Amino acid sequence: MILGSIQPAVLIAALMVAATPILLAAIGELVVEKAGVLNLGVEGMMILGAVAGFIVAVQTGNPTLGFIGAAVAGGLLALLFALLTQVLMANQVASGLALTLFGLGLSALLGQAYVGISPPRTPKLDLGPLSDIPFLGRAFFSHDALVYLAIAIVIGVWWFLKYSRAGLILRAVGENHDAAHGLGYHVKRVRALAIVFGGACAGLGGAYLSLIRVPQWTEGMTAGAGWIALALVVFASWRPFRALAGAYLFGGIVVLQLNLQAAGVKIPVEYLSMSPYLITIIVLVFISSGKARGSLNAPGSLNRPFHASG
Amino acid sequence: MTAHAPLLQLSGLTKAYPGVVANDDVSFDIGPGQIHALLGENGAGKSTLVKMIYGLVKPDKGEMRLRGQAYAPGQPSDARKSGIAMVFQHFSLFDALDVAENVALGMENPPPLRDLATRIRDVSEAYGLPLDPARLVGELSAGERQRVEIIRCLLQDPKLLIMDEPTSVLTPQEVDILFRTLRKLSDEGTAILYISHKLEEIRSLCSEATILRGGKKVATCDPREKSARELAELMVGQLLTPPERPERPFGDVVLQVDGLSLASNNPFGTSLKDINFALRAGEVLGIAGVAGNGQDELLLVLSGELASPSDRVRLLGQPVGHLGPNGRRELGLVAAPEERLGHAAAPDMSLTENAYLSGAHRKGLAKNGFIDWAKTRAFAESVIARFDVRTPGPHVVARALSGGNLQKFVIGREIEQNPAVIIVNQPTWGVDASAAATIRQALLDLAGQGAGVVVISQDLDELLEVADSFAALNEGRLTPPRPAKGLTVDEIGLMMGGAHGMHAAEGTAQ
Repeated sequence: MILGSIQPAVLIAALMVAATPILLAAIGELVVEKAGVLNLGVEGMMILGAVAGFIVAVQTGNPTLGFIGAAVAGGLLALLFALLTQVLMANQVASGLALTLFGLGLSALLGQAYVGISPPRTPKLDLGPLSDIPFLGRAFFSHDALVYLAIAIVIGVWWFLKYSRAGLILRAVGENHDAAHGLGYHVKRVRALAIVFGGACAGLGGAYLSLIRVPQWTEGMTAGAGWIALALVVFASWRPFRALAGAYLFGGIVVLQLNLQAAGVKIPVEYLSMSPYLITIIVLVFISSGKARGSLNAPGSLNRPFHASG
Repeated sequence: MTAHAPLLQLSGLTKAYPGVVANDDVSFDIGPGQIHALLGENGAGKSTLVKMIYGLVKPDKGEMRLRGQAYAPGQPSDARKSGIAMVFQHFSLFDALDVAENVALGMENPPPLRDLATRIRDVSEAYGLPLDPARLVGELSAGERQRVEIIRCLLQDPKLLIMDEPTSVLTPQEVDILFRTLRKLSDEGTAILYISHKLEEIRSLCSEATILRGGKKVATCDPREKSARELAELMVGQLLTPPERPERPFGDVVLQVDGLSLASNNPFGTSLKDINFALRAGEVLGIAGVAGNGQDELLLVLSGELASPSDRVRLLGQPVGHLGPNGRRELGLVAAPEERLGHAAAPDMSLTENAYLSGAHRKGLAKNGFIDWAKTRAFAESVIARFDVRTPGPHVVARALSGGNLQKFVIGREIEQNPAVIIVNQPTWGVDASAAATIRQALLDLAGQGAGVVVISQDLDELLEVADSFAALNEGRLTPPRPAKGLTVDEIGLMMGGAHGMHAAEGTAQ
């Protein structure tokens, strides 16, 4: 009776929207980690993307330019991380945490004049007759372009990693940077490019929040989405399509949590908010036990700094 | 062959690093199809020299000419384009990628993966090195991993193949097959630069040898015309005395292992299967085996880092399988693992601190829960003095010592504790000849005083020099120990598992 008030088609549509920001951030971070770098600054790059996309969209009145601006802003912040960790050899974990805090602060400063404003509306993608299919149309074919772009990026990343030579080199760099260097590949260059790609994706994810999902700018509006994205990469054991499934699962939990509240179910919200992290901890324990197949998929050089030796 | 114009000419190559001249004015020629040995001790500058040829390091001075043309590779891909390929000493492979992907990474213009798989099969069959392109490299044995490297090179049809210590991970039978492959390549016109410090191998394989000592070329000669002893003296620059091994009676059993099986804690590791042996006081048990056949796991389970059912391992008659390393140390069992930095010694701690970490219990270096620094320093200094560890003092961090000096320190630290049983894995790996002799002599002296000694090593010459009895690890199983006296290298090879499914290259070319 209570759950009867939740419509499946609306629920699916909502979860795709809820999942898109974390999916974008996670697929970017997945590429970064495949290259052997752990960037804990996802949250910072997302929120900077959120504010930069918002500002550009409001100033130009064009949401597309807003998203481009967000990707550039996320990429620039990631470039800072690349400079710190790949050139100046700073510790990746500490730099990533600093990046998050820096991004949160910088975005609050930049966004001061934009609180309470509405951004230009991003139109839904017109898919013609597809949108009119009963149930499926409502659930899957009535979204904005970014939802599909996120899925396209996942497919692209999967293809890139599995079939392209550049993807093979990227995996090799992440798996054993000394051997990759010995074969003459540019470990730092590959990693820097991966980091910038990850930042651009995180920036897009952030802008999706401020321009479509909410749509408004408020300080700290990513509210942990970047951390969920990081958890998601591990949960997906560094596989793109599992990241997609995981993002929809986590997105589903978020939506369900809202729906359950609306439907008056008396489960404290906090339990559901905790669940993505709990699941991730369980996955991490499972992986590090060493017996699981999943352990074979963690990039071998993840979070190990690379020093070229003579 | 050498009558032809040389393939590669090196003249006056010099490379200095801060504090050390790795190569000093090195010149020699390699002819087409020639198998040319590069001989020298660790630190003689062999690796730096080949890195310059392969484009990983730029020389400070000197020049190289390939087929008469100036040759100055800026990076390895330039070298590969010029027809120079290299098989690395520490494999340059990626565990989580499959064989075909690993091969593709080492090629300039790899064909699509499906065609590549076919070509890998063809070449591997032609040279008697069977390989499945779809297998994950992490699951391969050391010998198979080397095949991946060799095939990666062969697919590019190299004119010069550089091999850095290729036989250190092979059984004697596998070495034979490798040599047949190399001779076949040489007949087909591929020159091979063969780096090693194993003299007999070089005498049987190579037609010319260049010997380096302290970064300088000391000689170029025909190794077939020199005795192994002459070559060794050129290499070391001094006379070597083999360790003395006095005849002695064995005492009671000090360490007994019965039916010990254990799953590895590493996804790419080897599980131990039904290990049995008994070690008597005064006995040196040598355990041979190709890398990755359970050596690490055996050391961990004997030292106490991995626990086992308590009665599977007995020390002086007492069950100790459940005890950790400190519990076993107190009872008289000490161990020195293979990995010096990070396992045997904490890299960023001083030698004094490292001495405390292992010697605290047996040397009584702690008082009422506090470290007795004076006593600890004295202990570290006694190790440094007795084993001739070259260091400014015990305050130096472990990382700052050269590999050989640190090895002397970590082995000496255990020997100084007067143990009843000592387990060492690769005690002289990467150590120069005179330091290796010191370490072996110290182990023999310890056995002479009545301790039981287990030496796990991949160096057969070393084992034959020190061991009283001999066993081999093969895929986690230990052969029953046999007296070392009278064992032939062939018999040892078979104990190590023979040729691991390889077959010799066909005599005729494709």
